Formats: sequence, structure tokens, C-alpha cells
Amino acid sequence: MVIERPWKRWVYFYIPLTVFVIGTLFPFYWMLITAIRPDAELYRSWRAVNNTPFWTLNPTLEHFKDLFAKTTFPHWLWNTFFIAVISTGISLFCGLLAGYALARLKFPMAGALGTSIFVTYLVPPTLLFIPLADIIRNFQLGNTPWALILTYPTFLIPFCTWLLMGYFKTIPKELEECARIDGATRFGAMLRIIFPIAVPGILSAGIFAFTLSWNEFIYALVFLSSPERKTVPVGVVSEMIRGDIYFWGQLMAGALLGSIPVALVYSFFVEYYVTGLTGSVKG
Amino acid sequence: MKKPIAGGTNGTVAVALPRPHARPSRGLRFLESERLLAVVLLAPTVVLLGTFIAYPFVSGVWLSLSNTSVGNIGHFVGLHNFSKAWDDSIFQQAFRNTFFYTFWATIFKLALGMWLALLLNRSFRGKRLVRASMLLPFIIPTVLSTFAWRWMFDPTFSVLNWLLYRTGFIVNKIPFLSDGVYGMWCAIVVNTWRGMPFFAITLLAGLQTINPDLHEAASLDGANGWQRFWRVTWPLLKPVTLVVVVFSIIQTFSDFQLIYVLTGGGPANSTHLLATYAYQVGVATGLLGEGAAISLFMLPVLFIVVWVQLRYLRRLEA
Repeated sequence: MVIERPWKRWVYFYIPLTVFVIGTLFPFYWMLITAIRPDAELYRSWRAVNNTPFWTLNPTLEHFKDLFAKTTFPHWLWNTFFIAVISTGISLFCGLLAGYALARLKFPMAGALGTSIFVTYLVPPTLLFIPLADIIRNFQLGNTPWALILTYPTFLIPFCTWLLMGYFKTIPKELEECARIDGATRFGAMLRIIFPIAVPGILSAGIFAFTLSWNEFIYALVFLSSPERKTVPVGVVSEMIRGDIYFWGQLMAGALLGSIPVALVYSFFVEYYVTGLTGSVKG
Repeated sequence: MKKPIAGGTNGTVAVALPRPHARPSRGLRFLESERLLAVVLLAPTVVLLGTFIAYPFVSGVWLSLSNTSVGNIGHFVGLHNFSKAWDDSIFQQAFRNTFFYTFWATIFKLALGMWLALLLNRSFRGKRLVRASMLLPFIIPTVLSTFAWRWMFDPTFSVLNWLLYRTGFIVNKIPFLSDGVYGMWCAIVVNTWRGMPFFAITLLAGLQTINPDLHEAASLDGANGWQRFWRVTWPLLKPVTLVVVVFSIIQTFSDFQLIYVLTGGGPANSTHLLATYAYQVGVATGLLGEGAAISLFMLPVLFIVVWVQLRYLRRLEA
């Protein structure tokens, strides 16, 4: 290996890495410190003498109490969770079947279908939200969780299909052939042999899809209207700013609590998430 | 020498050993045909994507050619919405902003992401923890983290202004979000902050596939770090980089939530992107036809990017 002098290691490695870590994490620290800082300290002139912006000696849970007393935050949390789980489930189901078909079966138009699923993967929601809002209204789905449960798969299925297709291609065909010689049906071999082997891939796709639906904003903003039906991102944006006044303590408390579930899921499955992430861009 | 696969995975295969009652039932037998099975397996996906992507797309094209508004079924007006948008000064600003924003944010994300990937590719203590925490901006819902940034850019109570003032860099506050030009750069900073981890982690995965012997050989030949990067790492990393950049361009070009929360398109409509302006016209004002036309202006760029991507994939397969 290349040998390095200590000062070089500091200049080229430790210092830049520290800057990256601080820059990446500071906004989250700021979220936390704002959420527990009393209002009197939050809104103090930036030139005040005894201003200590980076910590507080009087931490308070006032903002969290307000959050639960004055908004329907628990509903938003539950809605976001419910919608994310169901739409991830639907997407995994569709993605598993479609991914298997595209990876293993020979049928006319297979190539064209694979390409068009890949193209839909690249269609951004912001291109379609206006006509979709119209369609959701016509289907009488407006302001129901089903509006989101049915539309989130549009960006999750292509991703799941793509990822699982890649995964299925790495499983040797001989496994299935053995099973079929032993009398299993094609469908049975898929269900009992291939899917169990693909569990890590399924988990990766599922975790990634879950974080994507937790993060989704524009469909939720356009399709939902009553306060208690909203998801966390939309609720925080539309229900916690009254007029022009921002209640920053409450806002940051909401942002913090709204981030924790997805951060927890992520922290338990970091490796699977990373596989999903890097797999999402590979063919 | 091939391994006996069935023997190697005893536990799994045992399930499918012949059992008389496991013979295909009459109902499932038709699935033995590959074509029929393919139809059955692909049906749910095709139905969902057809209903909620293909149909809205066609309906969006129709909307953009009509003067439909909320509660008012429109009629065909040709390309009127497109020409109206084209002459609208706010639209022109949003159009320019979208390119400006995408261009700079992508450059920064690529440069910083590459740098971070190179740093993370070395071995050091706590590497797993650092790598995991670096992805946080990408995991946490954009809307929520953008609120933290908005608070950091607050006109009166900005911690960044405080920091710069205390360290003696500024005398007067920087008008982060109350000025269009500053506002656009703030949005680029936040977008870079959010998207950089995606670049870093994907490029890191690419870096890990590069054989360290190549670097060793290059340094034995007298190449310094900079030369090793441009002559060894970069050429090998190009395919991954291209794919990541394409994905990022699509997401940045069609970005909505970041601007919606950070500036709301303001001050005085100076920081709109195509998506936020389409929302303002199509949803907030209710002019569905005009809004649909504005968002369709994204299509040519997205089309070119997707085309590049597909061509590239074809070349890989060939």
C-alpha cells in the first residue's frame, strides 16, 4: 500500500471527513436543539450578549406537548405508516411476480415490456400529478388513503421489479430445473424454491420502498385535504403554519418525531438499504 | 468444476421432492405454459402502471391541449397553453431556474459525492457508523429536513448568520431566502446536502469493485494520488457515475418539495422550478390545462436523459 505521513493523513483524510460529518449531521442536531429549546430562547436577537445557540440550559418538552395538543400529529404518523406499509406490500407482490417473469420466462414482447417498465421508473411524479388528481377525483378516491396506496406503487413497482429481476438473474436456473424434474410445477418451483432464496433481495426492495413512500410529498399534498387524513410531511407543511407565523419549536418537534420511525427502520437494516440503493441504479 | 447444486442446498430442495399429492391440480396446470404464466405474473403490474401512469400521461397531454379548470370541463384549444406559458415571464424564469438548479446541484453532488466516496473507501475505525450516518439526509423525509434548513436560513434568527457574524466574515446579515439569487443558491446547497450521500454510497460501491493491485501498480510506476485518480479510478468508475448522474438529473430537474418548503417559489416568483410553478397554476389556481402544459415542458429533457440511459444499457448488454 501507499505509505502516508501523519500530517498528510490529517490534511487529506481526517479534516475533510470531519467536515463532511459535521455538515451532514448539523441540520439534524439543529432540529433537536430547536425542539427542546424554550420559546424565549428561540426568538432572541442574534446579537444578544448571552446568546448560546448551540446548546440550551433550559431544555423543555413544551413543544412536544403542544404538538400533540394542538395538531392531529398521531393521526399523521399512523396514516404515513399505514400507507407506506400497504403500498410497499402491493409493490413487492407485483414486483416479485413481474421480476420473475422478466428474468426467467420466454414470451413475446418480453424485451419491450422490460424496457417500458424501466421507462416508467424514470417518470417523475411531478410530471403526472395534475392529470392524476383529475383521475383520483373521477374514481371518487380523493381524500382517502386509497388515493395514495394505489398511486405510490407507480414509482415503487418499477423499482422493485428492476431490483428483484437483477436478483433472480443471479440464482442458477439449475435449481428450478431440478425441482421441476422432481415433479414441481413451474409455479410451485417459483414459489417454493426461488422466492425463499430471494428473501434478502425482497428485504432490500421492501426497506427501500418503505423509505420512499414515507418521503413522498406531492401526491399526498394534492390528493388529501382533511387535516386528520394527512401524512406527516403534508401535515407539518400545511397544518402547523398559521398565517405567516412559523412555530419553529413545534415544527422541529414534529420533524423530529416524523423522522424517527424511518430512521429506526433504516438503522436496523442499513446493509439491506444500501443494497437496495446501489441496486436501484444498476441494471 | 461445477458443484452439485442440488446437494449444496439440501434444505431448500427437499421441499420439492416428489410427493404424489403435489401433482399439479387441473386448475394450475395451465400455468405450465411459459406464455400463460407470464401473462398471469405480469397482469397486476401492467394493470396498475397502465391505470396510474400510462392513462394519466395520455390524459395529461389532453388536458394540456384544453382549457380545463377545476369544476369546468374544457374544450380543445390547440397549443394555446404552451404558447401562453412560453410568453409568461414567470414561466421563463422558472424554466431558466430549473436548468440552473439542475446543472449546479448535479455538479456539486458529483464532486462532493466522489470526494466522500474516496474518503469512505479507506479503512478507519468507526467506518460503518460514519457510512450509515452519512446516508441520513437521504433517508429523512426531504420536507422535514428542508424545514430545518429553512429555520437555519431564517431572516431574523439564522444560526448561519450568527456564526458568520461571530467569526467576523460578515457585518450585515445575508438575506438567505429573501433574495431571489441567494434563494436559488440556498436551494442548490440544500439539494446538494440531500443528494450527495446517494452519489457517495453508490460510487463507493463502484470503488470497492476496483482491484487495489491496479493502484499499487500505478504507484510503483510513479503516479501520484491525483494521477492515480484520473488514470485508474475515474475510467473504471465512469459507467456507475453515468447511471447515478442520470438518476440525479431526473430527480433534480423534476424537483418539487424542496423549493415548495424552502422558498415556496418566492420572493416574487423568482425561485420557481417548472414543477412548483405547474403546481401553483394547476392546483393552487385550479387551471388544470395550463398547469399540465407547464409540467409537460419537462418532457423533452427527461426524454433525452432516458434515451441516453437506455442506449447505454443496450451497449452494456451487447
